[in-house]
Amino acid sequence: MTDDKKTLEEILNLAASQFKVPREKLTPDDDFFKTLGIDSLQALDLLTRLEHHFNVEIPDYELQGVSDFRTLASRIQARL
Amino acid sequence: MNSFQGQTLSWELKDGVIELALHRDPCNEIGSRTLEELEKFVSAMEQMQNAAHALILHSTLKSGFCAGADLRELYHGVQGMEKQAAARGVREFLERIHKVLNAIDSSPLTTIAALNGVTFGGGLELALVCDLIIADKMARFCFPELRLGLIPGFGGIPRLKRDLGNAVVRDLLLTGRSFNATKAQQVGLVSQVVGEGESLKAARGTAAQLGKFDRRTAIAAKKFIKPIPYEELKREIDIFCELFTQPAVEAGLKKFVESKDAQPYLP
Repeated sequence: MTDDKKTLEEILNLAASQFKVPREKLTPDDDFFKTLGIDSLQALDLLTRLEHHFNVEIPDYELQGVSDFRTLASRIQARL
Repeated sequence: MNSFQGQTLSWELKDGVIELALHRDPCNEIGSRTLEELEKFVSAMEQMQNAAHALILHSTLKSGFCAGADLRELYHGVQGMEKQAAARGVREFLERIHKVLNAIDSSPLTTIAALNGVTFGGGLELALVCDLIIADKMARFCFPELRLGLIPGFGGIPRLKRDLGNAVVRDLLLTGRSFNATKAQQVGLVSQVVGEGESLKAARGTAAQLGKFDRRTAIAAKKFIKPIPYEELKREIDIFCELFTQPAVEAGLKKFVESKDAQPYLP
């Protein structure tokens, strides 16, 4: 598996686990706000968990306009 | 009054430690009711502190410690008001909150902020008046005021400058970005990072440790090492009130209030 795909898979697994959504219901191009049923406060919670998981720091303004898992994964991959 | 149960907060003095718990849904936004109850707390604290050595501030809400000022109350409160009148109202609020925060900042008690989740804007300013910050790993810190065309108005800049290097202060203030507890500890803002949900327990352990030392010595040490930047705090209020009359602020508040997101905290 390429690094990008691995990162994406880890994000999907973490999001499913954290927000108690069946993993099979999440796809890379889903709008994570809608699919996970979260608001921006909960999105910050997800961001914090992802930062700890990947041991990176992601300025939250880099997530402006980002609402799908695939793009989120590319933002994180850029920091690894 | 050694204990109190209010609408937005409660407190209790037990075994020499005062615990002030914030519990206003959705995330302890600081509006007029919270300010009234904080004023009540400060008045009671001045009596309780003879029987206490430590104060712990914490939140009972999972969402976080405090998301800052109640922007919805602020927006609706100034609607229809002439700009200068609105600025006068805001100045009055700021002077009251500064009086509260200055009292906690200068208290002879050793103060601990036990943080979880969102600690933004006025919430971060409330934490900054404490001597020690213990954060759980899910705490997140931010000064988002620039997004609203403002600067922090509850004393955040002078207190952040007191505690941190200027580069970090510029990063937080000018980008309006948030960062997590690990980063906050790296830059010197947070003294301990603990597991999720564990900050209050860690704060209680620290408060117990503080109780072992001579009170008079601890009070003298704190007074020596923790100056209160009174002049800068007054200047911050002036700058805030000047900025408040600018169009960017109304636009920023309107955007926040009209957001479809129930809790619009992303930049």
